[in-house]
Amino acid sequence: MAGQPNDRQHPAFYALLAALVFMSVGPVALMFVNSFKLDVDIISGTSGLLFLPTIQNYETALCDILPYELDHLDFCALKFGGAFINSLIIALVSTFLTLVIGCMAAYALVRFTFMGRDTASLTTLMVRMVPPAVLLVPVFGLWNNEFCIDKATLVGGWIRDTLGGRGDVCLAGTHSGIILIYIAMNLPFVIWILQSFIVQVPRQLEEAARMDGAGPFQVFFLVVLPLIKPGLAAAAIFTFRIAWNEYLLASALSDRNTKTVPILIVNNMSEFNVEWGVIMATGMLLAIPPIIFTLFASRQIITGMTAGAVKG
Amino acid sequence: MRIATINRATPYVFMAPAAVVMAIALLYPLLYMIYGSFRDWDPSQTISETEFVGLKNYITLFHDPAFRESLGVTLRFAIAVVSVEMVVGVGLALLLDRSIRGMSVLRTLFILPMMIAPVVVGLMWRYMYHPTVGTFNRFLKSLGFEGVDWLGQNALFSVIVADIWQWTPFIFILALAALQSLPRSALEAARIDGATGWQQIWHIKIPLMMPVLIVTCLLRLIDAFKVLEVILVMTEGGPGLSTEILALRISRTATEFRELGVAAAMSNYLLILLLLLTALMFGYTKLQEAREARLRAAADEES
Repeated sequence: MAGQPNDRQHPAFYALLAALVFMSVGPVALMFVNSFKLDVDIISGTSGLLFLPTIQNYETALCDILPYELDHLDFCALKFGGAFINSLIIALVSTFLTLVIGCMAAYALVRFTFMGRDTASLTTLMVRMVPPAVLLVPVFGLWNNEFCIDKATLVGGWIRDTLGGRGDVCLAGTHSGIILIYIAMNLPFVIWILQSFIVQVPRQLEEAARMDGAGPFQVFFLVVLPLIKPGLAAAAIFTFRIAWNEYLLASALSDRNTKTVPILIVNNMSEFNVEWGVIMATGMLLAIPPIIFTLFASRQIITGMTAGAVKG
Repeated sequence: MRIATINRATPYVFMAPAAVVMAIALLYPLLYMIYGSFRDWDPSQTISETEFVGLKNYITLFHDPAFRESLGVTLRFAIAVVSVEMVVGVGLALLLDRSIRGMSVLRTLFILPMMIAPVVVGLMWRYMYHPTVGTFNRFLKSLGFEGVDWLGQNALFSVIVADIWQWTPFIFILALAALQSLPRSALEAARIDGATGWQQIWHIKIPLMMPVLIVTCLLRLIDAFKVLEVILVMTEGGPGLSTEILALRISRTATEFRELGVAAAMSNYLLILLLLLTALMFGYTKLQEAREARLRAAADEES
C-alpha cells in the first residue's frame, strides 16, 4: 500500500489533499482577503472576490507612523505603528540575547563536566513546562514592586531626572522588563535544542583548534558556532515566534508606551463594535513574519519540532 | 606551539549568564509565587506587607464553584482536543505516508496555523463564527438552514474546533516523521508474508510508532493546559464560565479581581498538574531507553 513510488494514487487521495490544504490555508486566506475590504463590504457580504480592494485598513492601522495625512481619518485613534515598533524591538533583542546566552550554556552542558552540571541540566528541563499563565502572578508582583530602584538613591534619581516619570524606577512598563522575561522563558527550550546540535560537532575539530592555541572562547565562537548554524536558525525562529506572538505577560508588564501588537488586537476585539477590516489588516501584519519564516525555513521548523518530541 | 589549557572556571563562565537570567526571572518568581500563595496578597502591596494566612487560599479554591467549573472546562478541553488531534493527525500521517511529489510544500502549508500568533488565530475564528457576518452562518443560510449560535451555548465546542484546526498538523508532522524512520526491514518482511494494508498498520506500524506517539501525546496535553490567547480573543471565557479555562481564570483573578494570593494558589495547582505530566513523560522516556539498552545487550550476547 505505502511506499510504492510508481503506483498511481486514487483520485480520492488528491481530493483529500486538496481539502486539507483548503482547510489549513483557508482561514488565513480569508483574513488576507478581508483585510483589503472596507467594513461595509465585509458586513454586507458582497461575497467572494467581487470587491474593490483597498489598502485603507492598513493605512488606518499604521496611521501614527505614516509620513502622510489620511483623508478618511479625523484623528489617529489606533496607534498600531508604535506597537509594531515595540513588538519588533522586543522580539529582536530578546531573540538575539536568548541565542547568545543559550548557546553558551548549551556548550557548557555538553562539553564540560563541572560541579552542578546535573542540577543545571535537570532544572532547565523542568522549567520548560512552566506556562506564561503561571509566571503572570509572580512576575507582575516582582516587576512592579520588588525589582525597582528607589528614586531617592543616586541611580534611581538620575534615571528619573533624565527620563521623567513618577515613582520608583521599576522594571514593569519598560522594554527591558518584557525582554528579560522572554529571555528567561525561551532559554530552557533553546539550551535544550542546541545541545542536540552541539553533541554532533566532532570533538577532533575542537581539539585541533585548541592545539593551534585557541582559547575556549575562540574555539566556541570560531569553530563550534559556525557548525551549528541550522540549530541556531531553528532556535531563532522558535524564540522569535514566541516573543513576537506572546500576549499575556506583555499585557501585564507593559504601559501605554510599550504595548505590543497582540495587546492592541485583544483590546480592540473586546470593544462592542469590532472594526473587522482594520483588525484583520493588523492581524495580517502580525502574521506576516511567521508566514515568511514558514515559507522559507519550514525544514528548520520541522527539525526543531521533531527534535522536541522524539527526544522528549 | 602552545596548547591552550582549559581553566577550571571556563564552564562556569559559559554557564553563568543563563544561570543568572533563569535564577532571576524564572526560579525566583516561582519561589516568590509559592511564598505569595500563603499570603493575603493584593497588587498594591509589596509582599512583605502582606499577612500570612496559611493554606486559606488553597482551601478557598476547593470550595469555589467557579474554580471547580474552570478546572472541569480545562480538563474537558484538553482531553477533547488531544484525543481528536491524535486520531486525526496519526490517521492522516498513515494515509499520506507515500512518496508523492510536493510533500514538502504540503508540510509547509500545514505548519502555517501553528506559527501564526494565537491572538490572530482567535481573531480569524471569531470572525468565522460571527452570528451574522461570519463565514459559517453565511454558508448555512445560503443553503437555507438556520444560523448556529457558535460562540453562545456551543462555545466550548467551537473553541475546541479552533484548537484542533491549529494543532492537528503538529501531531501529523511528528507522526509522519516517526513513520518515515521506521525500520524498512520490518515493513518489507510483513509485506513478503502477505500482510494487508490494515494488518501492517495495526500490527507493525502503530506498535513501532508507540514510543513517539506517547511522548507526542503528553507534549500536546501539556500544551493544551497552557492555551489562553485563542480562547481569550474568541469568547473571553464566556458565555458565563463555559469556556473559562484555568489559565484564563488565573489571569482574571490576578488582574480583574486583584487577588494575587488566590491566583498564586491557583497557579500552583496548575503547576502541580503540569509537573505530574512532565514527570510522566520523563519517566516513560527513561523506561523506553532502558528497555532499548536491555534489548541491545541481549542481542550482543546472542551474537
